[in-house]
Amino acid sequence: MTQAPSRRDLLKGAALGAVAIAPGLTLIAPAVQARPAGIPASAVNRWGLLIDTSKCDSGCTACVDACKTEMGLPALDRPATDAQYIRKVDVKDPKTGHQHSLPVMCQHCAKPPCVDVCPTGASMKRADGIVLVDRHICIGCRYCMMACPYKARSFAHEDQSNQKAHNPRGKGCVEGCTLCVHRIDAGGRPACVEACADTGRAAMIFGDLNDPNSEISRRLSKEASSRIRADLGLDPAIRYQGI
Amino acid sequence: MKRIDYVAVRAWTPGWLMLMAGLAVIVALAGAAVLYMEHQGHHVTGMTNQVVWGMPHVFAIFLIVAASGALNVASIGSVFGREPYQPLGRLSALLAMALLAGGLGVLVLDLGRPDRLIVAMTHFNFKSIFAWNVILYSGFFAVVGVYLWTMLDWKMKRAYKPAAITAFVWRLVLTTGTGSIFGFLLARDAYNSAVMAPLFIAMSFAFGLALFNLFLLGAATALERSLSLDLLRRMGKLLALFAAANLYFVALQHGTALYMADRGPVEAFILMNGGIYTILFWGGQVLLGGIVPMALLFRSQATRCHIRFASLMVVAGGLAQVYVILIGGQAFPLGLFPGMEVSSSFMDGQVAAYAPTLAEILLGLGGCALALVITIVGISAFRILPAQLGATEARE
Repeated sequence: MTQAPSRRDLLKGAALGAVAIAPGLTLIAPAVQARPAGIPASAVNRWGLLIDTSKCDSGCTACVDACKTEMGLPALDRPATDAQYIRKVDVKDPKTGHQHSLPVMCQHCAKPPCVDVCPTGASMKRADGIVLVDRHICIGCRYCMMACPYKARSFAHEDQSNQKAHNPRGKGCVEGCTLCVHRIDAGGRPACVEACADTGRAAMIFGDLNDPNSEISRRLSKEASSRIRADLGLDPAIRYQGI
Repeated sequence: MKRIDYVAVRAWTPGWLMLMAGLAVIVALAGAAVLYMEHQGHHVTGMTNQVVWGMPHVFAIFLIVAASGALNVASIGSVFGREPYQPLGRLSALLAMALLAGGLGVLVLDLGRPDRLIVAMTHFNFKSIFAWNVILYSGFFAVVGVYLWTMLDWKMKRAYKPAAITAFVWRLVLTTGTGSIFGFLLARDAYNSAVMAPLFIAMSFAFGLALFNLFLLGAATALERSLSLDLLRRMGKLLALFAAANLYFVALQHGTALYMADRGPVEAFILMNGGIYTILFWGGQVLLGGIVPMALLFRSQATRCHIRFASLMVVAGGLAQVYVILIGGQAFPLGLFPGMEVSSSFMDGQVAAYAPTLAEILLGLGGCALALVITIVGISAFRILPAQLGATEARE
């Protein structure tokens, strides 16, 4: 029979862990813990992103490229039908000429229209706010694509090959950004955020919007931010600065 | 009331066989088109991540909307007690069910995963208007089926009126549901309006009656059964009224949108500079589908030929109208950043291109052919069509 660890053991372990991990910590590393298998996602968390568009270069596609690699999205040179979970949008004010660039992906709304309209419940929101498609019950009606204000979803227009284990894709089903849920559940951060930090200008911060001590929450409490189509009242989990 | 004799159409005659064979070929071609599209994946169609619903949906929505409208004749006879329409009630109910079956056939076979139809029948998200429609469409068959039964079976006479009223209310709710598929799309400037529901009801009145007239005229000619011109003129006038109601709601739809500053660009796109969509709107939907039939049918001396032509025009204009609503509404780019110029690798800010492929058109035509097959089998198996429809006047 195994004995429950004592408080002393726990503290010792925590101290050792802190010493081991501390050198690898950076300012933008999220304080995210892996979710043990069998424990459901919790509404205690609400995962989100803060994207500072002033740091997002127009020509940089590090986030887009990382997403394609991470999720196994091959480029078939059919831009109208190729899946794009994240894309760079260049925005120009025709009155002033001011331009900026930003990545747009599923905004993981608190009140997602795609979930509302899905007839079977395949479009769903996890307790922690991540909006996903259950490809076992997606019938490919594409109503969610009609309903999404952010054009964030793609339809698998052909047979899929070389799929990633964490992103099974099926011809005839709808798909989109999962916020790299497989990484988040393992205690990591989305591939786009990581790529932006590594090869871009660290324009993206990932974290828990519900945790007042997370970096994303601290930034949001001090600095102005906005949401795309905030007027729709969908409360997206992706916040932007500079739009 | 005069006794009406209903006579089933003789099946297996050379003409019957030829017609059925022709329709079977179209249905088979549609089946082949489905196999091709499903096997290859939707990239072989004109549909994309921008225009996600294409030509099959134009046919499907047209047929589904027309289905509830085809029930008008029965409702006018039963719910509103107009005797001259009563002999045609059975055909009206049969045609309504057949058109719905044709439309649903197209809709289901264009799903990304048509093999998962059972999932759609067993998993319901009750917040989804689509899920409501699954129930409304299935229920329509049951409600109109019982209604038809009360018309066919003398012993069911007691249930006739309640069944008629239920069917009438159900068809209004059903078309409200179909219109609301678009009305509830909050982010798309071309939709997102409560007027979509009554607009679709007006559309259904017009499209359904036009198809009913065309079938009736065709059947009367093919079967050499007399058809009262007086009755036809009444139905013609009614069709003109429905076409006018459709135009009224279209005016309301665009008038309201024009009043909102942020809807200016999408309205300019549909009404002025949208290329094919603008042409189809003014030339197809408004002129051919509205003004021409009204001009022909409001005349007191409309001929059989006028009524046939006007009904055809309402059908053609109706297809144009659904095309403009459905494809035009999707072709116009979503406005993520209102007032800004945007561009991306995902076609943000661009008018989406869409050209229907042959396979999509074949699938749509297959739905129309299926509806006709069901109707013809129905009038052959049951006593649906009256032996004569007011033989008092000579045929022209």
